[in-house]
Amino acid sequence: MEFSQEQHYSPQTPAQASVSRVMLNVILALIPGIAVYIFYFGWGVLVNIVLASLFALLAEGLVLAIRKRPVLTTLLDGSALLTAILLALALPSHTAWWVTAVGIIFAIIIAKQLYGGLGLNPFNPAMTGYVVLLISFPLEMTRWNPPLELAEQSMTLLEAFSYSFTGSLPQRMNLDMISLATPLDLARGRLDMGFSLSVIRSEYSIFSNLSGKGTEWINIAFLAGGLWLLYRRLIDWRIPASLLLSMLIVSAAFWLINPEFYLSPVFHMFAGATMLGAFFIATDPVTASTTPTGRLIFGAGCGLLIYIIRSWGGYPDGVAFAVLLMNLSAPLIDHFTQPRISGYRGRKS
Amino acid sequence: MSRLYKFPGGLKLAGHKTISTRQPISKAAIPDRLFVPLGQHIGSPAECTVEKGQRVLKGQTIGAVTDYVAAPVHAPSSGTVVDIQKFPAAHASSLPSDVIIIEPDGKDEWLEREPIPDITEMDPSELRNLIRCAGIVGLGGAAFPTFIKLNPAGHQISRLILNGAECEPYITCDDMLMRERPHEIIDGAKIMRHALNAAQVIIAIEENKPEAIASLQALASEFDWLQIQAIPVIYPTGGERQLIKVLTGKDVPSKGLPLDLGMVVSNVATAAAVHHAIDHQQPLISRIITVTGSGVKSPQNFEVLIGTPISDLIELAGGYTEDADRLVVGGPMMGITLKTDATPVVKASNCLLVQTPPDHAGEAIIRPCIRCGECVKVCPVKLLPQQLYWFSQAKYLDDLQSHNLFDCIECGCCTVVCPSHIPLVQYFRFGKSEIWKKEQETIKADLARERADAKTSRVERIKAEKKAQHAARAKKTAAAADRKKEIEAAVARTKAKKTADIDTAINQNTEN
Repeated sequence: MEFSQEQHYSPQTPAQASVSRVMLNVILALIPGIAVYIFYFGWGVLVNIVLASLFALLAEGLVLAIRKRPVLTTLLDGSALLTAILLALALPSHTAWWVTAVGIIFAIIIAKQLYGGLGLNPFNPAMTGYVVLLISFPLEMTRWNPPLELAEQSMTLLEAFSYSFTGSLPQRMNLDMISLATPLDLARGRLDMGFSLSVIRSEYSIFSNLSGKGTEWINIAFLAGGLWLLYRRLIDWRIPASLLLSMLIVSAAFWLINPEFYLSPVFHMFAGATMLGAFFIATDPVTASTTPTGRLIFGAGCGLLIYIIRSWGGYPDGVAFAVLLMNLSAPLIDHFTQPRISGYRGRKS
Repeated sequence: MSRLYKFPGGLKLAGHKTISTRQPISKAAIPDRLFVPLGQHIGSPAECTVEKGQRVLKGQTIGAVTDYVAAPVHAPSSGTVVDIQKFPAAHASSLPSDVIIIEPDGKDEWLEREPIPDITEMDPSELRNLIRCAGIVGLGGAAFPTFIKLNPAGHQISRLILNGAECEPYITCDDMLMRERPHEIIDGAKIMRHALNAAQVIIAIEENKPEAIASLQALASEFDWLQIQAIPVIYPTGGERQLIKVLTGKDVPSKGLPLDLGMVVSNVATAAAVHHAIDHQQPLISRIITVTGSGVKSPQNFEVLIGTPISDLIELAGGYTEDADRLVVGGPMMGITLKTDATPVVKASNCLLVQTPPDHAGEAIIRPCIRCGECVKVCPVKLLPQQLYWFSQAKYLDDLQSHNLFDCIECGCCTVVCPSHIPLVQYFRFGKSEIWKKEQETIKADLARERADAKTSRVERIKAEKKAQHAARAKKTAAAADRKKEIEAAVARTKAKKTADIDTAINQNTEN
């Protein structure tokens, strides 16, 4: 019998994993965090996710068509969708549609496709988009709404959509109701003014046992999603572990020196985007280190930088800048952390 | 049991082994025609020693060695040589090699054989020579001449490891051999141990073969030098270096051999072949082969003559199923696909795997590398497959070498786990061949340069010689001219003298 004259190469086994499945699972793991986010802060985040996803798919599809690449199969890899969701989660709940659009279009077209598309971008696209927004529209990017339990009024899903497109609030609300600082930002701002933590805590009801009301539960939900990814072996344990550990060590060191003027390690763990960053953003394989030791260094560097930027920087959180700075260092880290190959005594031949 | 170690990476793969172990090993009939290739092993191919039309006996040498790294080839049955022609080999290169075609006469008549005296009295080098003459090569797949492996070359051999791991999915020929013929392996081990003067022999078997372990264990207690060792089921634990790591915790140096650690690894089937060669004076003319996969109707192991067409074996296994679409020699991880079944079984063929569409991933979409590092985790050599992939793609040959491409054993683990379905191993083969090509080119370029230099110097030498010749000739002409002038002068002088003499005479006469 004659067989196909086409050349096939070993191994000849069915595919075990696929990029689409990896991306889909990461998105699934985000769902608990998103649900808790909506529960505590209202529908705004969902509006952001929907809009960002639409713009992401449009932008990616457009560039792929211009680059004469297969549009549908590439869109199905799920990477643009994941970028959109991660960026949307970084935005304040009630953001104007054009802010979201600028951020995600920059992320997809400039930070990802212009470098060659999936796998070739040196910087995390979602974080690049976020940082562009943070620098370009500081006002819009620092207007946060309070957790629902503290809010006098909140928007329905329809009102949230309408606000995003028209910028007009429902009659019963005013801009002050959605122009608050996050617990992290608030604490840092007041600490800078010389207030002690016990005073700050007594002044504001936004703080809770672990960090801020709502925020702590969002972090716990993202932690749960992240642990599920680890269990499914879809992400490497090294980056989240070293990131959280390094944050824990530095924050504990400063906190032990002066617990009145430095936020506690527990607060840092469960405030801002810590868990989202540790399990979903810093672990982006394309832009992180790839060697086992390199990943430990990469994670530790992220953790340290997050703490530094949070404590002494001028931004609401430090995850985006920390990750981008470590993205920058990843090729160098990889270069110096090649594993010892079996059969060689020293580091290299 | 002694302590075991782990090698880095590796994969737990679905075995698919039971489908071919339900039936005992069956002896395949002598086919209508035997196609015996002259190059079936690593090293130089054998040289044909028979002619078309000649009658050969079973076990007669029909291909002789021409080199040190080589093995002779024997007639698998008695019959007539009907032709000697080029044929595509069932080998990765699929390059045509010379094939001796024998039409068996059905008598299966053996060549007269001399019994071999007690091996314990024999010098190891003499023993190795007998093994060489029997054409024995490694039967695990690599087909390296066994007599070379059995030469301790001055090393003290602490362990001879017989590899019964058989870690590739689907393949069960070693498993069935160990279950049914354990004494052959142990008898072979005795001979190999003597050739190597090895202190200990370990037969290593993956834990998923309890029957094989039990059958060898039942015989092993008699020998204090023999140990049967069950090892965990992790692909590619049957790789020579990986097996040594598991058993001893030691790394074979990158460009070295197990010999450097005082160890030799050989396949269990090779040991059985050594037993046949020495105890029964039978050269390597048959082997056990697994015919399996979802593409054949009744998978089974066969003892088959070398040179039997693959199509005959498929028939013995019930023929192809309707959706059979791929024929692989070897296992799914490292085997090679054949374009036709009109090729013969050779010494290295351990398995024929017939696949159906769901068995292979050929149609999956290849996506860009997302640097997830799964390949790094599973690499048993601890290479960085994704880096090697970038370098292969960009043809950065120096980087490929500095990232130790040549330590890649092509086990295929990285390719199996790649979520982007990138054929990594194929890129690495490409990278290796590019480097070889470049090395060849460098050699050629060096040669060309030498030749050009030689030509230039030759041209210059000839020029110089010519110049010298010219000069010499010119000098000669000049000398000749001088001489002519001299002669002319002399003639003139004589003439003048003559005239003068005449004048004087006349004068004298007139004076007189």
